[in-house]
Amino acid sequence: MASVPRLCLLLSIIPTILILCADFACCNTGRKTGDGLDTDFSGFSVPLEHSFEVDDVSRFRMRGALQLRGGRETSVSLSQSQLSEEDRNTLKEVAAVDGLYKIRVPRVSLTDRQTERQMDGYLTAFVRACSLVESHLSDVITLHTDVSGYLIGVSIVTIPGACRGTEVEDEVDLEAFNTTLTIIPPTNAPQPETALFIERMDIEHEKRGKPQEQKSFFAKYWMYIVPLVLFLMMSGAQDQSGGGAANGGGR
Amino acid sequence: MYRPSLVVTFTKKSSVKMAKLTSLFVILLSFFCISEAVFEDQVGKFDWRQQYVGKTLFAHFESNTQSSKKMFVATDKNIFASFNSRTGDLLWRHVDKTGPEGSIDILLLHGQDALMVVGDGRLLRSWDTNIGGLNWEAVLDTGSFQAACFVAIQDTVKLVAVLKKAAISLHYLSNGHQKWVENLPDSDAVQYQAVYSGGEEEVYVLGVVPNSHLTIIAYSLEDGEIIKQRSVEASWLSSIESSCVVVGQGVLMCVDPATLALYTLPIQAEETPEFSQILLQSLDLEVFPGFQPVLVSSQPHPARSPLSEFFLQLGPDHHVLLQLNADGYTIAPLRDFQPAFLVSFATTGKKTVAAVMTPKNETACAINLFSVDSGRRLLDTTVLFPLEPNGGKPHTLYVHAFLKKDDSVGYRVLVQTQDHALTFIQQPGRVVWTREEALADVVTMEMVDLPLTGTQAELEGEFGKKAAIQDGLFPMVLKRLSSQVTLLQAWLAHLWKLFYEARKPRSQVKNEVTIETLSRDEFNLQKMMVMVTASGKLFGIDSKSGSILWKHYLENVQPNAAFKLIVQRTTAHFPHPPQCTLLIKDKDTGLATLHVFNPIFGRKSHIALPALPRPILQSLLLPVIDQDYAKVLLLVDDQYKVTAFPSTKNVLQQLQEMASSIFFYLIRSDQGNLSGFRLRKDLSTERIWEVVLPTEVQKIVAVKGKRPNEHVHSQGRVMGDRSVLYKYLNPNLLAVVTESTDTHPERAFVGVFLVDGVTGRIIHEAVQRKARGPVHFVHSENWVVYEYWNTKSRRNEFSVLELFEGTELYNSTVFSSLDRPHLPQVLQQTYIFPSPITTMEATLTEKGITSRHLLVGLPSGAILSLPKMFLDPRRPEVVTEHSREENLIPYAPEMPIRTEWFINYNQTVARVKGIYTAPSGLESTCLVVAYGLDIYQTRVYPSKQFDVLKDDYDYVLISSVLFALFFATMISKRLAQVKLLNRAWR
Repeated sequence: MASVPRLCLLLSIIPTILILCADFACCNTGRKTGDGLDTDFSGFSVPLEHSFEVDDVSRFRMRGALQLRGGRETSVSLSQSQLSEEDRNTLKEVAAVDGLYKIRVPRVSLTDRQTERQMDGYLTAFVRACSLVESHLSDVITLHTDVSGYLIGVSIVTIPGACRGTEVEDEVDLEAFNTTLTIIPPTNAPQPETALFIERMDIEHEKRGKPQEQKSFFAKYWMYIVPLVLFLMMSGAQDQSGGGAANGGGR
Repeated sequence: MYRPSLVVTFTKKSSVKMAKLTSLFVILLSFFCISEAVFEDQVGKFDWRQQYVGKTLFAHFESNTQSSKKMFVATDKNIFASFNSRTGDLLWRHVDKTGPEGSIDILLLHGQDALMVVGDGRLLRSWDTNIGGLNWEAVLDTGSFQAACFVAIQDTVKLVAVLKKAAISLHYLSNGHQKWVENLPDSDAVQYQAVYSGGEEEVYVLGVVPNSHLTIIAYSLEDGEIIKQRSVEASWLSSIESSCVVVGQGVLMCVDPATLALYTLPIQAEETPEFSQILLQSLDLEVFPGFQPVLVSSQPHPARSPLSEFFLQLGPDHHVLLQLNADGYTIAPLRDFQPAFLVSFATTGKKTVAAVMTPKNETACAINLFSVDSGRRLLDTTVLFPLEPNGGKPHTLYVHAFLKKDDSVGYRVLVQTQDHALTFIQQPGRVVWTREEALADVVTMEMVDLPLTGTQAELEGEFGKKAAIQDGLFPMVLKRLSSQVTLLQAWLAHLWKLFYEARKPRSQVKNEVTIETLSRDEFNLQKMMVMVTASGKLFGIDSKSGSILWKHYLENVQPNAAFKLIVQRTTAHFPHPPQCTLLIKDKDTGLATLHVFNPIFGRKSHIALPALPRPILQSLLLPVIDQDYAKVLLLVDDQYKVTAFPSTKNVLQQLQEMASSIFFYLIRSDQGNLSGFRLRKDLSTERIWEVVLPTEVQKIVAVKGKRPNEHVHSQGRVMGDRSVLYKYLNPNLLAVVTESTDTHPERAFVGVFLVDGVTGRIIHEAVQRKARGPVHFVHSENWVVYEYWNTKSRRNEFSVLELFEGTELYNSTVFSSLDRPHLPQVLQQTYIFPSPITTMEATLTEKGITSRHLLVGLPSGAILSLPKMFLDPRRPEVVTEHSREENLIPYAPEMPIRTEWFINYNQTVARVKGIYTAPSGLESTCLVVAYGLDIYQTRVYPSKQFDVLKDDYDYVLISSVLFALFFATMISKRLAQVKLLNRAWR
């Protein structure tokens, strides 16, 4: 990675760097959604602007252009220019007074390009200028989208993130950004795992072996009941005959 | 000795599968949890409950005898209740639905029956007043309710007439069956507002076409046939309700503030009647400028016509008793009452009296009875009503008159004040009881430590910084000695008290808590509960006994105001008194005012308050303290300018130094906008981040940070393989909950965003699909628990999110939002919860060592203490050696509700709205207050009382064993010595 900026130093525009594909969790039907989509989302670019001023009043300037590609697989790439001599000095001055380095992107929708509805306003984020300088302009910019593909937030961090007060001598280190760009859609929160739980319970039951089938009362004690009943029937028959006789007598 | 007092019953599960799950659960549970119910003899020992009804709208007394004890009230909280008028205790209470569906339109009392129209004329109910049982309920036809009255047939009250916007109906009192219903003619144009029956064969309905004419319709009682219909010219009349009453033999008496005249009209007149005008001037009466005169009449018995005497209120404190002469159109003034705040009629037997409240002095009002016929004052009837210095003014007077044995009229009086308090007074001025009904609507509360006792405080003062600097060595020694002596004295006094009380039988020992004797107990279990109510009345309640120690009514508080209570200085900074600040914000204008007070005594502090000319958007309490140890409160107005309170030079200097590290956030839920700001040195602000959630997709419903007084003891969790999983403990983390604007069950969702409040970084974004609110959630430590309604499965579900840094900490010494480049690992699990919930809160303890429980308020009024252990996303699907080592409960999709977990056993809290938790001095103990309609205070011990000896601890056994061991050692030592000596001699 480190060699890439070196190679491209001659070019004024460095196309970098990252593309992260984030699958939306909804299932893929397997059928290609067609070229129509691709042409629709063949990419549009939005400006990425930054501001760093000694007096902390925001004056946003162009930093680069974000190439956004919406659709089933959202991706983003960034092309940005180098920092000019003047900018480098300003950035160092801002870092010296513990000022902020701010970036902003306009609010756009990644999917809803047809309507071409221009939403007003920007999404803004900041990082301490000193940490940007000390990290030699290695920043991580993250774009967050909501469920329907609107950009809702942007964040910038530098790696490393701390300000230790180390001087950055080499001017070359402050010329080009080493940007990692990601786009993060919302994650789907899990549902209660009922099916799996029941399955697991069933397996456990099976493992334990089939429990003794509950025998009915009769099945268990038939050897006692049958003789008893037989005995009762025998004696009952005697009684009945006696009773019948008595009845007959009464009539 | 102890018997469990609870009968445990599990709710029946409808499906067999569920039953299987539950039974498995019970088995599993029995391994992990030991039952924690209340024992019978512990009931009421550490807990108390107070039941309230709300602001009284209608109040009636039972029959007019001296011995009757019951009174009935209907309130704005849709409650019909009965009090014991001797003690003020609740005899019974019926809590209806909230909102307009259960609102009580009218309460009429006749004999044993209480008639009530509910829900803007939706239902007619009859209650048995003896036991509070429902006699019958009748569903009325649609249409908004206007008026109702009893109707008598041949001197007995048998019917009730209900007037709606477009219909009148008569119902039998005995069973609620409808006798007849008739549509009112021309109800589009005419506003029917009153119904009158004076014991005749007809019932009269009065309607008005504003500023045009009055319509009188007489219906036959028998079949609802219109007997007469009259229209009377009345271009000055706009509303019958507000300006007319019926007096005497069916004479309609109206007052017109424009012409300053009274108008009379015989309702029953055969020929076409006309209003006759009597100018107030002719009666030598003058209306207070700008005041709308009010008429007050009385109809003692529904089978008779009303009294011919009536009150006319001419000003805020000016009433006149007037009499309508027998001719029906001349009026004689009986008595002029000025000043007089309140008047009321009361009838007992054949006698009717008028009670008049007049101001007496600064601290009391006098109430006197007057004979209605003559206007003469009755002797020995004065009752004094004490006016509290920080209470509300009297608002309504309810008089219970009765005949004494000597046939004179005695009375008791119920005074309702503006702060919703009810005071019951007996002759000759004894306050029998007071009910603070403002407490039925607690908005927010805090618990404040009680101050140290005088001697403790003195010791503190002795070693205070200031004292040491001022005094030399010798005075310090003297001071030391004197404080030692006072301590000794206090100890001796304490011993003497113990000895003295030990001789008395236990029942006689009363620990009366007064504001003077308040002091912190050994374990800081007794605290001061500062409660803020919607009416603007503040209360200081002793958490141990529940007695109200102070109250303070803030007048001029708008009914829709929002409150925020902030503890700026705790009790820990003796000799500085503790200080609370209440931020009162008018929701319409956004303008805010501050009320600064001492939470222990309730007294208003005389501190210079900052001027707040602009609407306030946000308030934040900084950890910065001024030289008097008060934390600094920052108020952000709509121009993003910051006001500091207190704003001394010291504070401003500190703020300037710290400005670059003070960040705050603002949330505009109507625009879906979250933005962060940083303070500048000149106390202006700059916007540094912005996150926008499009309102077309989702709307922000709630945002919660963490509680600032929360401590987390353990930085991580020890896993089964002895490695440590570190928690992501970001104190600036905000949990933002959204709901989708699309409410279709398939597409609805609930969003949970975890946003860093300093950098605006979205730490995590989760979407719960097929879900909708109301969402209740708790955000604490490194977890968020939320509850929502699953629209697909139609059930309530709990979900828990936990954040971990991983097995290595990025920076273990200090946490900075600006320097945490790596996103945390997020674990989440979801469970089915078998009940809807109304509110949720987590327990809180001093050091955070005790395991956490979630306190869940259920609609049934129970408060469930659910161990957080059950809401752990690391609960394994498959049990392994490691998970067993960690004591993780295997995953089960259904969350159990066990009745032993109800911390309030059978003391249900009606309409629980909020739960407040506070740590005590004991690590094991957390104080809990649940409030809603009722207030319930108790203690919970999430990890049992590990730091307290049990009540039944056997001191005798343990000490005898100790002694026995000691002696055994002594003896055996001696024996061993002897033996050694003997051996040596051998």
